[in-house]
Amino acid sequence: MSNFLTVTFWVGLLAATVRMATPLILATLGETFAERSGILNLGIEGMMLFGSFAGFITVYFTKSLWLGVTFATLSGFLFGVFMAFLVVTLGLNQHVSGLGITIFASGLAYYLYRAIIGSPTVPPTIKAFDTLKIPLLWKIPVLGPILFNQYALTYIALVTVFVARYVIFKTTFGLSLRAVGENPEAADAVGVNVYKTRYIAMMIAGSLTGMSGAFFTLAQFNMFTFDIVAGRGWVAIALVIFANWIPVRVLWGALLFGGIDSLGLRLQGTAIRIPFQVYLTLPYLFTIIVLIFIARNASYPSALLKPYRRE
Amino acid sequence: MKNRKVLALLIALLMVVVVFAGCAPKEQPQQPAQPAENKIKVAAIYATPIEEPWDGAIHHALLKAKDELGIDYEWTENVGYSDFERVLREYADKGYNVIFGDAFGSEDAVRRVAKDYPDIAFVFGSGEGPSDPNLSVFDDWIQEPAYVCGMIAGKITKSNIIGVVGGVPVPEVNRIVNAFIAGAKETNPDVKVKVAFIGSWFDPPKAKEAALAQIEQGADVLYAERYGVIDACKEKGVYAFGSLLDQHSLAPDYVISGPVWDMYPTVKYVIESVKNGSYTAQDLKDWSMMGKGGAKLAPFHEFEDKLPKDVIDMVNKRVEEIKSGKFRVPINEATPKSD
Repeated sequence: MSNFLTVTFWVGLLAATVRMATPLILATLGETFAERSGILNLGIEGMMLFGSFAGFITVYFTKSLWLGVTFATLSGFLFGVFMAFLVVTLGLNQHVSGLGITIFASGLAYYLYRAIIGSPTVPPTIKAFDTLKIPLLWKIPVLGPILFNQYALTYIALVTVFVARYVIFKTTFGLSLRAVGENPEAADAVGVNVYKTRYIAMMIAGSLTGMSGAFFTLAQFNMFTFDIVAGRGWVAIALVIFANWIPVRVLWGALLFGGIDSLGLRLQGTAIRIPFQVYLTLPYLFTIIVLIFIARNASYPSALLKPYRRE
Repeated sequence: MKNRKVLALLIALLMVVVVFAGCAPKEQPQQPAQPAENKIKVAAIYATPIEEPWDGAIHHALLKAKDELGIDYEWTENVGYSDFERVLREYADKGYNVIFGDAFGSEDAVRRVAKDYPDIAFVFGSGEGPSDPNLSVFDDWIQEPAYVCGMIAGKITKSNIIGVVGGVPVPEVNRIVNAFIAGAKETNPDVKVKVAFIGSWFDPPKAKEAALAQIEQGADVLYAERYGVIDACKEKGVYAFGSLLDQHSLAPDYVISGPVWDMYPTVKYVIESVKNGSYTAQDLKDWSMMGKGGAKLAPFHEFEDKLPKDVIDMVNKRVEEIKSGKFRVPINEATPKSD
């Protein structure tokens, strides 16, 4: 029990919280852009998985981690364009298109992995990112190891939160984005290109989602395995609602989820006799409970799920 | 508008084709079986992709059999539980002599199909018993090498805290983990154990986080039942034991050994008995244990020299005792708990 009182326990817990929140932050920010423009991107899980594959395979051949991140991001970008093509240009059902992309992207990732790597008894690994210690700052007691001894992608995720806030609320593009998500007819009437705005939103969404996938194979872990994303894309879908489509709340939501997840893993190692399933359920249970309260006041973008067609 | 629909349809088709290409069997046999040159025809059906180490162990043993025993081998993976019976019947109808696979999650389907094809040998990984006349069962009975690994862990831990990160606490996992813990407690009664399950067979990032948590709480030797744990050990500089396969290559400086499951003795025994007509339904358990070479310690590699001499001697002695039947590793399938 004395475990809980030590500084090491708390520092470890909070550092893990930030680490585990990283892919969720990136993916949820991406989803925020998509939904703000009126597109529910259910392709997110598959795009994350493909991003983790694209990142891994690039580093496997080139040994360049940043090239891996670039290609993961690029793969997400392309799937984003594809999704936009299906639901914006063709005006197809967003649920079906999104799930189709998830199934397609996952299948393609596994297929390519098998085609390129084969099926060795032990999967190949790459040399993944080390944590990046921010000079001086990382030596600050307690705060240093929690915030300033993380992976580069984690810093990028944190900065992206504020960039996203700026873009959505302070730029002309952000204004157009929100307008096409709320009332595309009105936006069109004042000269906003609805199609173009939604395409750009999906490109941003895809890129951030692809990058979030790279975090699994290039930072947090060093190989690509079946189902490495393990449903975290779906968590991002819930977190967007939790965050009410506001970037800074995305950060809190992701941190809370990551925190409860890592707390559960730590409590399993203690002598408290609670079935492990309870700990593993905690973050999801928590998400559902919060959604019950928050979803009532959730202000969904009014044009979500609706393809836009000029009369 | 019409063009759009055609385009949408084409894209949908393309996506479907690629997805199915991903899960198609490697070589689809075109003709029904004709035992032309008396080659034993073996099929295998796996619920998961063969990257999953458990099904991978069966697959690699069958590949070896293809090379060494000259069998015909076809397989389908990632079948899932809902399609299991259909795929199984397809293989049975094509006239295979032996069908391997894992029946976990599909016990009823496997037993139903086996009954309908009494002339085909069905050999399945299962937690249940064999069924006359043709259904044999096997399982990864690798608690013996796990026990020996535990003995090493108990000897080399400095903090007297060892950790275990597992996937899901099913009997197959529990008896291995419990044996590891029992081994550690034999050589070091003061040892405390931390156990965590990630609730999934595939979530290395989570397994790694669970391992990091245990290391932060003082564990300095970990049993890596799942992928992800060894990476945490490498990052923090603590020792690890792999699982099911020789995982030394994942972290040569930190992976000491690990219980290894070798399905080849099982496969060889089954194929030979089918060949000479002596095949019967039985529990093939013994063929997955140390005595018959189905379970073993992963090679020590560098640790042959790095481990203290007395530890190596202890290991060799105990392995001999297990093989000769003088020492029996207790089988405990209760869910392991943290101390």
